[in-house]
Amino acid sequence: MGEIRIEGVWKYFNKGKVAALKDISLTVEDREFMVLLGPSGCGKTTLLRCIAGLEYPERGRIFIGGRDVTDAPPRSRGIAMVFQSYAVFPHLNVFENIAFGLRMQKRPNEEVTRRVNQAAGLMRIEKFLERYPAQLSGGQRQRVAVARGLVMEPQVLLMDEPLSNLDALLRLQARAELKRLLQEVETTTVYVTHDQIEALSMGDRIAVMEIGEIVQVDVPKEVYENPATLFVGGFIGTPPMNFMRGTVKSVNGASAITIGDQVIHAALPAHFQTGQDLLMGIRAENIEASTQSSPDAVPARVLVVEPLGSHLLLTAQVGDTPIKVQTRIDFPVVPDQTIYLKLESNQVRWFDAETGVRFESGEKMSVV
Amino acid sequence: MSAQTNAMRTPLANAEEMPFNAAANKPTLAKTITRLLLYAAAITISLFFLVPIYLIAISAFSPQQAIFAYPKALIPQTLSADTMLFFWNARGVQSALVNSVLVGILALIFSLLVGAPAGYALARFLFRGRDSYKMLILTTRAFPIVILSIPLAVNYIQWNLYDTLWGVAFAHTAMALPTTILVTSSIFIGVSRELEEAAQTLGCNRAQAFIKVALPLALPGLAAAAIFTFVLSWNETFAATILTQRNRTLPALVLAQIADVGAPLPFRYAGGFFLIAPSLIYIFFMRKYLLGMWGQVVK
Ligand SMILES: Nc1ncnc2c1ncn2[C@@H]1O[C@H](COP(=O)(O)OP(=O)(O)O)[C@@H](O)[C@H]1O
Ligand SMILES: [Mg+2]
Repeated sequence: MGEIRIEGVWKYFNKGKVAALKDISLTVEDREFMVLLGPSGCGKTTLLRCIAGLEYPERGRIFIGGRDVTDAPPRSRGIAMVFQSYAVFPHLNVFENIAFGLRMQKRPNEEVTRRVNQAAGLMRIEKFLERYPAQLSGGQRQRVAVARGLVMEPQVLLMDEPLSNLDALLRLQARAELKRLLQEVETTTVYVTHDQIEALSMGDRIAVMEIGEIVQVDVPKEVYENPATLFVGGFIGTPPMNFMRGTVKSVNGASAITIGDQVIHAALPAHFQTGQDLLMGIRAENIEASTQSSPDAVPARVLVVEPLGSHLLLTAQVGDTPIKVQTRIDFPVVPDQTIYLKLESNQVRWFDAETGVRFESGEKMSVV
Repeated sequence: MSAQTNAMRTPLANAEEMPFNAAANKPTLAKTITRLLLYAAAITISLFFLVPIYLIAISAFSPQQAIFAYPKALIPQTLSADTMLFFWNARGVQSALVNSVLVGILALIFSLLVGAPAGYALARFLFRGRDSYKMLILTTRAFPIVILSIPLAVNYIQWNLYDTLWGVAFAHTAMALPTTILVTSSIFIGVSRELEEAAQTLGCNRAQAFIKVALPLALPGLAAAAIFTFVLSWNETFAATILTQRNRTLPALVLAQIADVGAPLPFRYAGGFFLIAPSLIYIFFMRKYLLGMWGQVVK
């Protein structure tokens, strides 16, 4: 029903000088919650506006529910959009704001009242129906904007950073509420955000964008654990994935990798050649720190110790690369101390040092 | 709290902090002087405009003999409607008043019909030559109507517009358009584009989005622009005089009466006051709004 298919979309700005979208292809399944994630300026809003029909792509086609809507105006695409600024109409009260689309469809009054009340109830704003937007808080306006979209029972709901204008505490609460709500209504949703935590916590799948291109589309767990590129690994996760530059070596007939003057024994896939430069990626929580040295552990000098309540975040130097390590809160450590790091071998990821693209994980890619 | 702390610090301040205070006072003194000069300038300018208006006003509401008296009393001794009634009942005044109102309304409608879409386009669309277009609009203001008046009158005669209210309304529309366009464009810039886009996603086409969202939000500003046109038309004398013969608007009539037959003083005072009043009322109610709008245009 509400499947979105984007095929080879290009969008230029400034008379063709800036390509905001470069050959974007993406399929959002019916009733799927797809998050578009990427840093500011990577083209998320532009892509969303192309789907909405507010921007016209210079190349490519867009299908909604199997119908080619590339040339259709926004009103006949079966979409509803929640703008980053909310775009709530200041001259209409909350009721009329939510009713706006239904009134355009010339629905009978009883139906309008019933559906507006229902949507307002869903968003818990039924008490404010008589108020004007100027009399509402940011969070309430955001709810009005969502209710105004939902009341249309659209095939596709498009949301552009709907939580970014809320303060931190409210955002956390609104995030959970929005997730519950969207699970209830089961509408195909494209949700734009630059906040990777929001993306991980809400999305069925995440499409990660980097300067006008989609670099990875996958479920949150995969995007987190198996980032397709250096960029994705570095963008997602708090802290981001650690990367260490190394060179493939052969030590006593077994493959190994040298990072600075550290030698890490690793069973590498056969196609890696001696002398090849690699990037080794591993997340802070997949490194086990110990104060005792052991043969399979890498020594590291502690630079910074940050207690974060539930755990400690260490910045430690391996060779000359600073990396982040997560340990339990009572781990006994002080700056400048030497600790020993064991890398969880099945969590190590290898990336091409030049292109930043991850090598498909072969069965033998383990660190010994 | 802070009052207390201040009170406690006062003796100290007197004794030890004197040098600091003296130093701190210097810039404030300069500031005070600047402020005084500013006020003096503002008062001078205001008096320059207000004194004649005041004199006209008291004369307009004085009995006839007080008008001819010399020297004039600065505070009116008796108030009377005689002078105003004399003007009101003078030949041609009432029909000229009707003309003025009609011309003003026509000019207001035309200037909005033409100016608001132009202002909207300037606010919303990036088109080739947009900046030159803006400049062009402004340069039309620099063109003195005196130079245009004769060719215009000739053309009007050919087009059968001479001595008609329509003709005067068109001339006034042309005069008001630059301001109307720039002011309306600044009004529409103030209406977020996303609001119209939201309306489009909710079932509106472009025109409906404009009518249902942009227009209502721009309405107060548009009303101010419209009234501005009306007041401009109401006060405009030159084009109205050149382009009409019998169908005079009020200012043209007053001017003609003064120039041709040397209208008596009561007629002049009352007529003057009658012409000034709408502008004053307009400026009084709209001043805040206009400052905001022109602040934007200047920026
Ligand atoms: N209307 C526009 N005119 C010119 N450039 C634009 C316009 N909209 C977006 N861009 C450019 O396109 C790129 C992507 O913008 P956008 O989609 O807003 O990014 P995001 O939403 O991911 O922050 C940016 O470089 C931005 O400057
Ligand atoms: Mg954006």
